[in-house]
Amino acid sequence: MSTAERQRLAPAFAVALFVALLLPPVRAWLESRMSLQMLVQIPLLITVGWLLSAALPPRLGEGIARWNRHGISSLVLASLAGMFWMLPRSLDAAIGEPWMAVAKFASVPLLIGLPLGLGWPHMGFVVRGVFLLELTATFFRLGWLYLVSPIRLCNNYLLDDQQRAGEAMLVIGSLLLAGVAIKLLWGRFDST
Amino acid sequence: MPILRTLLASALLLVFGGAVLTVATDGFHAFTSETARRLAVRREPPPVPAVTLETQSGAHVNLAELRGRWVLVDFIYTRCLTWCLALGGEFAQLQDQLAAPLADGRLVLLSISFDPAHDTPAELAAYRQRFRGRDHGWLVARPTSEGDLQQLLHTFGVTVVPDGIDGYVHNAAIQVVDPQGRLVLILDAGNPQAVAQLMRRKLP
Repeated sequence: MSTAERQRLAPAFAVALFVALLLPPVRAWLESRMSLQMLVQIPLLITVGWLLSAALPPRLGEGIARWNRHGISSLVLASLAGMFWMLPRSLDAAIGEPWMAVAKFASVPLLIGLPLGLGWPHMGFVVRGVFLLELTATFFRLGWLYLVSPIRLCNNYLLDDQQRAGEAMLVIGSLLLAGVAIKLLWGRFDST
Repeated sequence: MPILRTLLASALLLVFGGAVLTVATDGFHAFTSETARRLAVRREPPPVPAVTLETQSGAHVNLAELRGRWVLVDFIYTRCLTWCLALGGEFAQLQDQLAAPLADGRLVLLSISFDPAHDTPAELAAYRQRFRGRDHGWLVARPTSEGDLQQLLHTFGVTVVPDGIDGYVHNAAIQVVDPQGRLVLILDAGNPQAVAQLMRRKLP
């Protein structure tokens, strides 16, 4: 599949993925465990937004790019929105409060995935490196916290589920780190 | 100039995002819903709903009838083998430590079951018996309808989740209701001395 073809199909795939995530049984299953909500549902919602960035009219994309040198504005927005959805009380509220559920399904694609998708091609080696390492550190920090916390951080989830989520975050952090290391050792870099 | 525009956009995003995060965490005080629930209750005590409960003796009591007294409320289910056991033991200890205000009716202990289908008055009585809880001042009760139960759980901010082995887990705590019938304070379970001390200060 060529790049152009992939770009053409991306929005359709994004919509299909979004609809699938909205299906009540899928939603109920992905929100039944902390690890699934944090590490599957939210990343898939981010993917929806990322794919949508290919569907943006080129003129709008160029307009945004003028305010988004090196993808910096993208990173700021995505990090802030990401912090919000890392709060245990946000995860709790997204299950119990309908308006928080709406906020999650709207803001995770549009305020995290879309800006990252728009900004990523403009990010140079240094910006990407800082972003990936900070992301890795976040996985380690949160993973450690979730693993050792003796109290439940979400009223909707059990303690052992929280610890499984913590372990999974440590694994993801390690994989990210390994990926960055492999890229550094054997990867090819553009000189941007 | 794109770099200046980018800086401006990022600065605006930071200010706006920082404001949202400040509000979302109650000024970086509450990161979990449990902390948030305790803060919210202190800031704006919600009135407890006037629902009717069936007690361990089969009598009916409306929460509105308890106005004029302080009430310590915990949520339990009698099949529980973990937290509610601790809560039950704690209420039995409070019966000893706060015997005077319980005897003259200034204070009531109220355990509310969130498993009313199983917890019949007989089960509720057996639950209190298990902790050698005495008759005075400790009501163990169940809501009489699913709607009432949901209203209670919502007002008190209690979330009940199945534990996967035929039981439940919930955010166990001791809720303090004042004589005006408002939920004013949520205390950690597991420290009856501190609860008794605090109530002695509050009681007239």
